[in-house]
Amino acid sequence: MDLTVHIGSLTLKNPLIAASGCFGYGVEYAGIVDLASLGGVAVKGLFLAEREGHPPPRIVETPAGMLNAIGLQGIGVHRFVDEKLPELRARRATVIVNICGTTIDEYVELARILSDAEGVAALELNISCPNIKEGGITFGCSLTGTFDVVSAVRKVTRLPVIPKLTPNVTDVASFARAAEDAGADAVSLVNTFLAMVIDVETRRPKLSNIVGGLSGPAIRPIAVRMVYECRQMVKIPILGMGGIAEARDAIEFMIAGAAAVQVGTASFVDPFIWPKLIDGISQYMQRHHIERVSDLIGTIDTRTRDKQWISS
Amino acid sequence: MPIDVVADVMANRRLSSDYNVLALAAPAIAAAASPGQFVMIRPGRSHDPLLRRPFSVFEVLRDQHGAPTGISLLNKRVGVSTGLIYTAQAGERVDCLGPLGRPFSLVDPPAQAWMVAGGVGLAPFAALAEALCGRGTTAVLFYGARTAAELFYLDVFRALGVELVLTTEDGSLGEHGRIVAPLERRLSSQRTDRPVMVYACGPEGMLAATARTAARHGRACQISVERIMGCGLGGCYSCVVPMRSDDGRFHYVRSCIEGPVLAGDQIQWD
Repeated sequence: MDLTVHIGSLTLKNPLIAASGCFGYGVEYAGIVDLASLGGVAVKGLFLAEREGHPPPRIVETPAGMLNAIGLQGIGVHRFVDEKLPELRARRATVIVNICGTTIDEYVELARILSDAEGVAALELNISCPNIKEGGITFGCSLTGTFDVVSAVRKVTRLPVIPKLTPNVTDVASFARAAEDAGADAVSLVNTFLAMVIDVETRRPKLSNIVGGLSGPAIRPIAVRMVYECRQMVKIPILGMGGIAEARDAIEFMIAGAAAVQVGTASFVDPFIWPKLIDGISQYMQRHHIERVSDLIGTIDTRTRDKQWISS
Repeated sequence: MPIDVVADVMANRRLSSDYNVLALAAPAIAAAASPGQFVMIRPGRSHDPLLRRPFSVFEVLRDQHGAPTGISLLNKRVGVSTGLIYTAQAGERVDCLGPLGRPFSLVDPPAQAWMVAGGVGLAPFAALAEALCGRGTTAVLFYGARTAAELFYLDVFRALGVELVLTTEDGSLGEHGRIVAPLERRLSSQRTDRPVMVYACGPEGMLAATARTAARHGRACQISVERIMGCGLGGCYSCVVPMRSDDGRFHYVRSCIEGPVLAGDQIQWD
């Protein structure tokens, strides 16, 4: 059975990636998860400089989901390279570094630094965080902004470039297309859905940032639809995510068109989820006589149904 | 390294219409837990509620030979998850991940241990009291609640040899008022050459007042903070607490891995 998948020049040993923002810098989980057993580890979004992020409360739970407005608290790229990357390298993790900038120059500088660092497998461009006002989302909500930031990063790195797209636009697929046209090796989607929760007793927002990003099983059907739409529009691989909580969810994303998937919120609930997901995918492949998991990608069957069959 | 178990509910002791103590069969977690550490509990397998909830290890439960069999949690019903924990029946199973976080550091005689608890903030102190008394450390519990009916486990603490100082906001038991008042008086009268370690857990206002009072009297203070947590493992950055920086500013630390026990004089309270 072959679980490997290809993202541009990068080969992942399986299609399961820990989603950025949900797995710290990876090292926090080293005692729980064999980091080398994951297809990839997308580390928490990094700016050039350290950031404190938003005041608490930073998360609030909703039915089958949660909102977060962490505000990209982070140690900055230099401390990451010095303090975290050596351990990730020693544990042989496939490290996808999520980078954030307030300007195109910041993305470019981050890409340069990380291209020179040993042990980085790919760059995920965060142009979709809904929780900070400056940068990031500004690029992700404009087709020319997306094109420009991806092109600029493309010019300075040989690493696979994977812009992470926001669902908070009218047509995600056109953004995937802009990314592809700019030379992206893949796209990842979706980031969280902009949302809010109000305490009706106090009439106060439940998050200090007032609004936050919704993740978890609640968003999964929308995310699957967006991956499916992007698959129609681009040829580059798609890293699908949004509410994956069990193997069947991961398989659903792959059938919709994802070459690999990312898991975030579900690993908060069950940090030991990874081998369970791999087992579930393997069992599905056995049941369906699928030798290579990559044969699943985009295999949704949308042919018109036989009317006899529907009525029976 | 935390352990994830599907724990049988051994018993559910209802203390009031809001409070209960849930006993979970989790010998490996019980054996590994130190006072002040916590577990992440998922009382059901549905997606609502979705996330686990953090609970202090209230007691380490043991069999007649002293071998750890499980842990108990002090729970106050305030939302969906705590409601499920309140109504859990013996024989039900809950996911229990732990032990997590940095524990209290214990003190030995002649230092005294003064524990300050407000309401459900009693949660880490049964295990701490047992550990302290096992070392022969003189322990005092300053324990405040709204009313006498919400002061729990007094006999357990007395049986361990812990001195109790009680307050209620309605005056129905102990001193009328808040718990920081008797703490303040006791700190004022304590000879400065007699070492005291203050431990505190409870509402934020009580914690801030306790930390300031302890600092004013030159006493170290270990605070167990309670925060909304997503994962309990350092992955999500939800549970941060502002800590003083050397430059006069502050920085956020994750209470799940750098706490939940933090130095009271390092926390930025305002």
